[in-house]
Amino acid sequence: MKPLLRLDAVTGRRGGRILFEGLDLALGPGEALVVTGPNGAGKSSLLRIAAGLLRPAAGRVEASDAALADEHDALDERRPLGDALAFWARLDGVSAVPGMEAMGIAHLAGVPVRMLSTGQRKRAALARVLACNAPLWLLDEPGNGLDADGRERLEKGMAAHRIKGGAILAATHQPLALPDAGAVTLG
Amino acid sequence: MSGLVLRELRLAAAGGAALLPLVFFLLVATLFPFAVGPDGPLLARTGGGALWMAALLAALLPVDRLVEPDRAAGVLDQLAVRGIGEESVALAKLAGHWLSFGPPLMVAAVPAAALMKLPPDVLLRLELGLLAGTPGLAALTLGVAALTAGLRRGGALAGLLMLPLAVPLLVFGAGLVGRGNEAGALQLLAAASLLLVAGAPFAAGAAIRAGRD
Repeated sequence: MKPLLRLDAVTGRRGGRILFEGLDLALGPGEALVVTGPNGAGKSSLLRIAAGLLRPAAGRVEASDAALADEHDALDERRPLGDALAFWARLDGVSAVPGMEAMGIAHLAGVPVRMLSTGQRKRAALARVLACNAPLWLLDEPGNGLDADGRERLEKGMAAHRIKGGAILAATHQPLALPDAGAVTLG
Repeated sequence: MSGLVLRELRLAAAGGAALLPLVFFLLVATLFPFAVGPDGPLLARTGGGALWMAALLAALLPVDRLVEPDRAAGVLDQLAVRGIGEESVALAKLAGHWLSFGPPLMVAAVPAAALMKLPPDVLLRLELGLLAGTPGLAALTLGVAALTAGLRRGGALAGLLMLPLAVPLLVFGAGLVGRGNEAGALQLLAAASLLLVAGAPFAAGAAIRAGRD
């Protein structure tokens, strides 16, 4: 079966410093990989390389359509949350509502993004990932700022995504329920 | 694409951000007669050039809101992950920015010309010049905004980068107002503007990509 993400001997470099070298990994449908490592080990850079935002210093990257959730929520501050997410949903050709319901923020649709708390913003960024149809999810510290309910909703969403044949590459410090997930340790 | 242009227009309208250059432009037009005195013929002779100078400086004002907020919020990254090229994003930003800047400036030029006591034929040449020149000004603003996104004190650097590049627009624009189109100033202005519009999306796109490293 063709993997959704494949890294061949990838070297990551930031500001002239080698973060990791000769990294191989492959993610097939239904699989998940958890990237761990100390601060500055290159977890976020690895995710950005997989997303095509950073070019690897060496090696090859093959990735299918991906959805990225990193520390930036990319939502227009002045707009109501529902409209801000609908902008991205239109680009993705989906509706924003199921994702918002899955993350428990449907009741916040009319609230301007600038009024939201850190945890609510995180839920919104994850709702955008949950709503889209991209087979590959790239999650950078998805549990950060989430309460127990938020984490449970995220884990449910991730499980459903894998059952549908999606793959997940997650960088995290926190324990996250991803059954049978592989592990990559950097640094 | 149209969704991106609409978003730019919404951002320009939010909090009156698009009004700022217009208010600045009108303020200069109000202050200039105070500076040179209420001498009608002198104002009419120098007013067109002063308005072009004001338009140029007004074009500089939106430079810190065009690209940097979207870079910092991760919007540019999310668009790239969706396979939307940086050049397309820059083109959408250029279209949205010009729509919120060019036509309103042409409207504001009418009262500004009255303050400068410009005769109707000069006002017509000023409007023609702004129609041809504001796309170039908007393109310059966008290109410089993309180049300075992520830099501290980007705004001050943007002025130093942009103003020398705007010299052709200023020369042909003010020449058209002052001496008419005898030397083909309108065609040259339009050509300079076209060159900037054609180049800006590529320059801005490359700058956005380079800014990620």
